[in-house]
Amino acid sequence: MPQTSTSTPETASAGSGTSTALHSVGHLGRWAPWAIFAGAAAVAALLGMATGLNAAVFAIYTVALGTIALYAASRKVEGRRRATDRLVTCVVVSAFGLAMVPLVSLVIEVVSKGIGRLDSEFFASSMTGIIGEGGGVYHAIAGTLIITALTTLISVPIGLLTAIYLVEYGTGRLKRAITFLVDVMTGIPSIVAGLFAYALFAVFFGPGVRLGIAGAVALSVLMIPVVVRSAEEVLKLVPNELREASYALGVPKWRTIVKIVLPTAVAGLATGVTLAIARVIGETAPLLVTVGIINGTNLDPFDGRMATLPVYAYYQLTQPGVPPEFAIDRAWTAALVLIIIVMGLNIVARLFSRFFAPKTGR
Amino acid sequence: MTITSPPEQQHRPVRRIGDRVFSGVARGAGIAILVILAGVAVFLVIEALPALTASAGDIPGGEGLASYIAPLIFGTLLSAVIALLVATPLAVAIALFITHFAPRRLAQSLGYVVDLLAAIPSIVYGFWGVAWLAPNLVPLYVWLEENLGFIPLFAGPASSTGRTMLTAGLVLAIMILPIISAISREVFLQVPSLHREAALALGATRWEMIRLAVLPYGRSGIIGGAMLGLGRALGETMAIALVLSVSGGITFNLISSGNPSTIAANVALEFPESSGLDVNALIASGLALFVITFAVNMLARSIVNRRADFSGAN
Repeated sequence: MPQTSTSTPETASAGSGTSTALHSVGHLGRWAPWAIFAGAAAVAALLGMATGLNAAVFAIYTVALGTIALYAASRKVEGRRRATDRLVTCVVVSAFGLAMVPLVSLVIEVVSKGIGRLDSEFFASSMTGIIGEGGGVYHAIAGTLIITALTTLISVPIGLLTAIYLVEYGTGRLKRAITFLVDVMTGIPSIVAGLFAYALFAVFFGPGVRLGIAGAVALSVLMIPVVVRSAEEVLKLVPNELREASYALGVPKWRTIVKIVLPTAVAGLATGVTLAIARVIGETAPLLVTVGIINGTNLDPFDGRMATLPVYAYYQLTQPGVPPEFAIDRAWTAALVLIIIVMGLNIVARLFSRFFAPKTGR
Repeated sequence: MTITSPPEQQHRPVRRIGDRVFSGVARGAGIAILVILAGVAVFLVIEALPALTASAGDIPGGEGLASYIAPLIFGTLLSAVIALLVATPLAVAIALFITHFAPRRLAQSLGYVVDLLAAIPSIVYGFWGVAWLAPNLVPLYVWLEENLGFIPLFAGPASSTGRTMLTAGLVLAIMILPIISAISREVFLQVPSLHREAALALGATRWEMIRLAVLPYGRSGIIGGAMLGLGRALGETMAIALVLSVSGGITFNLISSGNPSTIAANVALEFPESSGLDVNALIASGLALFVITFAVNMLARSIVNRRADFSGAN
């Protein structure tokens, strides 16, 4: 869009070229863009009243009119180059504003639809024998916590040790291969991870298998590369002087890593692991194919189907039964709980990195 | 001078037992990752094999595996391409805003806000797409059909629910926005300040500085980031499964209610109710998705990693 202006034939090139060098060119004041956009908003409001006012239409009119007016004014006063600069500034700022629309509307939508059922019954009861009103997510939250804990138990040791290998020991081709494939692994679609876990367990337990542990394996495929990446970044930040000081005292390498490197990096490691948990706790697709859903409470990940929060939300929305409104309310509340959990984990991660940052002495 | 010892008498560094065990375990973990990745491919192939060898009539649809998967691959690519076309310019603009236009003090927290978009689970995007975005886009689709209906993409009839391929592509675009803008941002911040200052010193405006110094330096980073976004868009499941109204056939019509499904969404929708050979056919389609995303991601990573080689910074 912004390029159209630069491609217009250069009529004033001789004039503007010399005038920039010799004479002072006019300037729009700092107030000018604000004034122009205020004017554009006023015109947009008038136009909107003519055609029926609507927030989206109003915003589009304001931005479009304001941008055009500012470009025209700047072109007149400041010349083509500065006008283009202002045009790009407008486009870039409105792009950022545009990206905020989904975030804001999503949060408003989920909160307004989900807040209604956010009561104690929702957290205290499962879906056993529930038709219509009532019911809750006790079983789904328990299932999500169990499966996520198992996932963490599998992923953190593998991920952390791999990061230690890459930073402290790795050399040559194996290191390069692992680094590259970990990067590629971050891009594995979550549904493929789910199908892999299903295929793995189907080979041993026969087709149609649904197990909590299979879900944990699927989520581990997604979580391990995230843990490796973040742990690798953090371990690289540990200053080499610390390692060398430890070696100089005759401490073996493995004890140096365990006693010096890891404690120094613990804040960053905790942050990384928390963010990795936040990433997998909202995954739906892999659990849909490996764990399924039940209405009752099953706390044993090695025995049959379990309920998990995202899958619960999915089924409550898509298969609400009759009457549908109660299940749909439950679905939105489950989505709200999911967002709260994910955002909470993100905040906890920030707190980790703030409060457990290594003390640098002095 | 006389006591310099001959090389063969020099001690090799002491290898303690703890060291050997620890480095062995760490190395084993690294190798385990390679094994897992290989395992993904192997087990998908094992479970897809019955569908690959089955006679055409037994595959869902009754016309063989190729014609079962083809519309799914088409839908996957179409939605991902829409997402990429929408998200890339927007993401680059956002990255520029955060690195070069926003007030310094705000820049970091604005970047964090954009990253929040990546933290929201895919299924919540699906909820929002069905309940908010799709109905709000219906007037736009009606307008497109009336005014641009001569273009095959907007031939209509416009969907009354808004659950169209274009909506799905837009939801995907929002979901891949953070990853593209994060990588672009990283590259833009690495532009040597001498390049930028040189451009400004020659009298360039901010946009000219960006066009002359920042964008050429960041080009390969933008391309790599866009391809990583493409990889994510190809594999995105729940949002599509909820938003897209599916009816099968291959069509370029973006605003009607009849759309091809995507591989991932099709698996999510069909898998829970399937048994027997249908499951194997779904796993075969998942294998196709794995191969496609693996190739895209490998290409993207090698572009991002090779960035320094042809950035012009050397």
